[in-house]
Amino acid sequence: MATTNVVTNEQYNYDIVRKFVIMTLVWGAVGMLVGVYIASELAFPFLNLDSPYITFGRLRPVHTGAVIFGFGGSVLFATSYYVVQRTCQARLFGGGLANFTFWGWQTIIVLAALGHVMGYSQGREYAEMAWPVDILIAVVWVAYAAVFIGTIMKRKEPHIYVANWFYLSFILATALLHIFNNLAVPYSLTGSYSLFSGAQDAMTQWWYGHNAVGFFLTAAFLGMMYYFVPKQAGRPIYSYRLSIIHFWALIFLYMWAGTHHLHWTAIPDWTSTLAATFSIMLLLPSWGGMINGIMTLSGAWEKLRTDPIMRFLIVSLSFYGMSTFEGPMMSLKDVNALSHYTDWTVGHVHSGALGWVAMISFGALYHLIPRLWNTQIHNPKLINVHFWLATIGILLYIVAMWISGIMQGLMWRAFDDFGNLQYSFVETVAAMHPFYAMRALGGVFFLTGMVIMCYNMYMTIRKGNANVAADIATAAA
Amino acid sequence: MKHDKIERNIGLMLVLVMLAISAGGLVEIVPLFFIKDTVEVVKTADGKDMVRPYTPLEQLGRDIYTREGCYTCHSQMIRPFRDEALRYGHYSLAAESKYDHPFQWGSKRTGPDLARVGGKYSNDWHVQHLNAPRSMVPESVMPNYPWLLETKLDYSNITQKMSALRMVGVPYSSNEAEYKRNVATFGEEVADTLRIEKAEEILVDQAKMGNFDNNKSDITEMDALVAYLQVLGTMVDFKQFDDDYFAKFR
Repeated sequence: MATTNVVTNEQYNYDIVRKFVIMTLVWGAVGMLVGVYIASELAFPFLNLDSPYITFGRLRPVHTGAVIFGFGGSVLFATSYYVVQRTCQARLFGGGLANFTFWGWQTIIVLAALGHVMGYSQGREYAEMAWPVDILIAVVWVAYAAVFIGTIMKRKEPHIYVANWFYLSFILATALLHIFNNLAVPYSLTGSYSLFSGAQDAMTQWWYGHNAVGFFLTAAFLGMMYYFVPKQAGRPIYSYRLSIIHFWALIFLYMWAGTHHLHWTAIPDWTSTLAATFSIMLLLPSWGGMINGIMTLSGAWEKLRTDPIMRFLIVSLSFYGMSTFEGPMMSLKDVNALSHYTDWTVGHVHSGALGWVAMISFGALYHLIPRLWNTQIHNPKLINVHFWLATIGILLYIVAMWISGIMQGLMWRAFDDFGNLQYSFVETVAAMHPFYAMRALGGVFFLTGMVIMCYNMYMTIRKGNANVAADIATAAA
Repeated sequence: MKHDKIERNIGLMLVLVMLAISAGGLVEIVPLFFIKDTVEVVKTADGKDMVRPYTPLEQLGRDIYTREGCYTCHSQMIRPFRDEALRYGHYSLAAESKYDHPFQWGSKRTGPDLARVGGKYSNDWHVQHLNAPRSMVPESVMPNYPWLLETKLDYSNITQKMSALRMVGVPYSSNEAEYKRNVATFGEEVADTLRIEKAEEILVDQAKMGNFDNNKSDITEMDALVAYLQVLGTMVDFKQFDDDYFAKFR
């Protein structure tokens, strides 16, 4: 790797960034395909095919693992390694250590997916991986922290750029959450029992679960935003002061909010109230980030018409603003009483995951790939096609989930004139059917956009500098 | 302090970020391990704990429940609302999942809540329903689980499993002193089912006696899963408490 003869800039390790970029595309396509499949299983249950390996219950963690840790994780490794080198003007620290994080992380995603299909599950959402995989995650994560922090330490710039604050908080918080949520006593190579039980276990899991969203899927992607939005817009960040305030507020407040996943459950009321309060406060730093990103385009709004990459970035920030408004609203106990356990939550997660996380990643990747391979995008028009397919897909998805979620919530609590429950449970299931089909269709749109991106980027990379291609081939071999 | 100072000093930034992200968990979660009211006291008139650890067969059924990812569509947490009381029964207590490693409260009800499904349907109903849900409930979107009836229950590692659970705090007994403690806490009948050294025997007995899968020849995964489902929410006898007794723990 040290011999990377890249034309663009040999002072940096771009080889590792390229590898993670390619795997981002692969895991994106795989994870979204599984997502479309399990969405279809809910609409058409025969698709479970009586096979243990592809039932909804086992494939669902394959979907969440592939999109969050495969797609999301890879794009975060890629962009953080790129951004930290560029903004510190220093080559990645640790030599082969970065390469270890690549192979380690890919091994984790594959082992996790295989394990889920086999039924090795810890029964904790987004943390289903069996304990040996958890240990591997911890090891890779320590290596990642060493590479990232080591690079910052040898920076040639006196200041640590704002994007790196966010990446840094994401690395530290993920380590903290991962370790405490996965404390367990093994009984075999693939199975273990969690150290905590019942109420305390629930609190720990949703502290993890919510902050996996807060740090893995938010803080880190804000780091991405702070580099790629100003770069693509060719303008400085709107407000330096706002970035300071919203950074510290965001990372402090997020950690209190997880308990809103447990409103009205068998936990002490005060934890629930506290979490709701912090969730409401969280609106401010969330919107601080959105405003800082969108206003960076101030004075250059015409780019929204002319630059499809900019469109991805700005629309992602709009979805971010929308879902961070919806989230605090759903954390109110009275709203949560209706929304909890329904598809509304699923829709909310996806307006964040598709609208914000995936869209900003697409923007960053379209910016990054031609630069990494020193070439031009194969077909810029396809970026626009991808944008519209993705946007239509998201809208279909979240509208379907809003309707089915609110409808089911209302049906569950409907009483007839005699004070009896008006609907049996299965009547509410039957009422969901058209919306489950609509959601699956939304997923198909989004997946199609992703596949078009993969094609477009494959052609771009193939066209790219022959030296680079050869270099990748040797590295991958 | 000028923020400039933090931006130039990675060590300082690391420390401050760690402080900022640690506060929430320290204040909200850590106290729950020390505040006694977090988990209710639920005893019979003669002072025995109503909530008991799962029998070996039930625990293996629970492991199948997590293996198949049932929690991705079913909750086990009834909220204190009138509609849920009518549909599912008394709201769930923290005490009812105090031996649950991991908790399986769930976050989504694509299917109904299962916290009190125990005793609601017959064993035969469960077997038929797990095997082919749409033969019982035509509108259901649940997958068929035909392999549960066909797969013999693997209980070769039951002692490892119970020992691991014992390490995380479930009072399975591994010696005479612990057995006596269990007799005092749960009564003799229950204590007899919690003995690690006799786990296999206890498991086979319960499966044979219960015959949950309506097939006497084998002990299948179906036996274990149905045994687990049939115990859910049945341990606490709410008739023995005043209506407002549990409210004070909230």
